[in-house]
Amino acid sequence: MMIDLLMEILISLFLLTGVGFMFVAALGLLRMPDLPIRLHATTKAGALGGGLLMIAVGLEFFGDVAVAAKAAAIIVFLVLTGPVAAHLIGRAGYFVGVPMWSGTIKDELKGRYDHKTQTLMSPPGLNKTRDEQPKG
Amino acid sequence: MLEFSIFIAYLVLGISLVLIFFRLILGPSLPDRVVALEMLATLTVGFIAVYTLSSGVTAFLDVAMVLALTAFLAAVGFARLIAKGGSRDDD
Repeated sequence: MMIDLLMEILISLFLLTGVGFMFVAALGLLRMPDLPIRLHATTKAGALGGGLLMIAVGLEFFGDVAVAAKAAAIIVFLVLTGPVAAHLIGRAGYFVGVPMWSGTIKDELKGRYDHKTQTLMSPPGLNKTRDEQPKG
Repeated sequence: MLEFSIFIAYLVLGISLVLIFFRLILGPSLPDRVVALEMLATLTVGFIAVYTLSSGVTAFLDVAMVLALTAFLAAVGFARLIAKGGSRDDD
């Protein structure tokens, strides 16, 4: 009896925490000012929320190996694919020239990308400082 | 108590769905909408998890698994479309 209640509390905890992170991700997606910040909000909080929900499912059907394996597989997929997709979208958005937030302080990639070939060039000062290193 | 938690979870997920949908409609550029779609897929995975909890049918987890993979493929396809094929904003 006691263990049932404890399990229920644990599942509720995981469920509500996961849903809370999902809500934070959705709120960040709506409220944040530009594309990279929105990606920052949704990718991490969304994957964490989904993972916590899947842990709740795995605990509810505790001992069922098939459910545990599926839940683990979903967590792995979310955690593996999320950053890759976010990187691809952010990169594509940067190439297309999606405007940055007006409060952006530094854009280190500005002028370094060859938009035709989509390759990144080294910073101009890099080779120079390497040559100027003291010898010996 | 779990029933109440599931009710709260449905409520919050529903509100999140509306927020994401606003970004999907408002989104000033195509990449913003792609981000919203990606988040929508993650949220649907969460919805399926909560429904699995409330209904006790574990077969829905397969759908969630396929959905997570399909959303990734869709994001990759959209990113390729934006980077290679679409029109540029700064031209």
